[in-house]
Amino acid sequence: MNPPASEIVSLRSVGKTFDSGTVALGGFDLAVRAGEFVSLLGPSGCGKSTALRIIAGLSAPTKGAVQWPEGAGQTGFVFQEPTLMPWADVAANVRLPLTLARSDGAQASAAVAQALQRVGLGEFATAFPRELSGGMKMRASIARALVTEPQLLLMDEPFAALDEITRFKLNNDLLALWQALRRTVIFVTHSVFESVYLSQRIVVMTPRPGRVFTEVAIPASYPRDERFRTSAEYAGYCRTVSEALGRAMGGAS
Amino acid sequence: MSERTLRVGLPILVLALVVLAWHLVVHVFAIPPYVLPGPGLVLATLIGDGALLWQSLLVTLATTFEGFILAAIGGIGLAILFSQSRVVEYSLYPYAVILQVTPVVAIAPLLLVYLPQPLAVLACAWIVAFFPVLANTTLGLASVDHNLIALFELYKASRWQLLWNLKLPSALPQMLAGLRIAGGLSLIGAVVAEIAAGSAGAGSGLAYRIAESGYRLNIPRMFAALLLLSLAGVAVFFLLSALSHLVLRRWHESALKRER
Repeated sequence: MNPPASEIVSLRSVGKTFDSGTVALGGFDLAVRAGEFVSLLGPSGCGKSTALRIIAGLSAPTKGAVQWPEGAGQTGFVFQEPTLMPWADVAANVRLPLTLARSDGAQASAAVAQALQRVGLGEFATAFPRELSGGMKMRASIARALVTEPQLLLMDEPFAALDEITRFKLNNDLLALWQALRRTVIFVTHSVFESVYLSQRIVVMTPRPGRVFTEVAIPASYPRDERFRTSAEYAGYCRTVSEALGRAMGGAS
Repeated sequence: MSERTLRVGLPILVLALVVLAWHLVVHVFAIPPYVLPGPGLVLATLIGDGALLWQSLLVTLATTFEGFILAAIGGIGLAILFSQSRVVEYSLYPYAVILQVTPVVAIAPLLLVYLPQPLAVLACAWIVAFFPVLANTTLGLASVDHNLIALFELYKASRWQLLWNLKLPSALPQMLAGLRIAGGLSLIGAVVAEIAAGSAGAGSGLAYRIAESGYRLNIPRMFAALLLLSLAGVAVFFLLSALSHLVLRRWHESALKRER
């Protein structure tokens, strides 16, 4: 959309070998531009989650480097599970990053209220996680990731455990948020359809060790909606990406 | 009949039947009170010796309470220390286990040699009560959701924040379960130590009254004291269960009613 954007983060031949000897990543290269929506697509065990954790700083690469041309800012992270504290209400859960940073009270409350509004949970500030549906828990989790206004949002298969109707709804809401806030999103998924629907660019990964097999650009314009989801154009991209994924897995299932 | 009526009514019915059978057995076979006193006599003794027994009950309850508080502080404190330092955990945990598996009846006489009697009784109550608190809290502190830990790392939480904002609240259900067990065990520890100390003649707790009544063949008073002791144990259990429920009712599965 705005092509000459600067790089926000890049990984240069990053490798990760776990203590158990498992090689999760081997020579993984990725450059993400500011404002981009990129998906990492691959079968389970291809190291896509590991790559995301390395970007987040939750895991250290054993080889290679992560570079932040503009300086590493705060990142937001959304896990596959909502990962909410069951003993705290939604507002307290969303406020957590600010609490941990010892942020000022009134300002923090305003930020929490705004984050909850953005994900459509304004009315549920005092609810406890157990009182929410799966989709609402995930919204709370996204609100928590947004509350620090991070430039980069990392999402690790956030909607994989949700039913299809909820997933479609959250996909749409995520795209709306992305367009409104202009943040960079790196989205990990094993769903071809989800990655095509959401992303500007899909990085297809090979398993064991994980590295980039190919990249597929999805130049379809935004906003994308149900019409795009049912279009021939969308089906075409899905076929292309599916074939790429098939080749990445070496034809083996 | 509703679930609630049954839950309260059935045990009361069983109690009434047992007391009736007890009364009939004593009456029909004309069992002398120094062998088995009837329920009426036990109740009369409970009222007649009320002042004496009440005094003893307070002594035992005070020991139980103090032992419980010390066990809570010691157990939770040590569990936190273990969670912060593996060196401390590896160094001390085996001895905590040894303290637990050695029967307190066997330790009590030794403690009575070295400590003044009230302190020895308190030490016994503490020894038996502290381990479940330690073991359960340790389990709770180690069972924190790994993703939540990662989240705290992502936001650069301090060690203190990790403990206070994540590990302790997360361990609360297990900790409370440990405390609930500790309450009952503290009473048992106090009773065992009082019995062991009983022969020294300085005690005045309920267990001491039971031992003393035994020597004097005052069987009705033995029964009365035993009854009070049971009631005390039940009260301790209910108090701690209520506390646990109050703390967890908003969020933990154990305290939630299942909707069907």
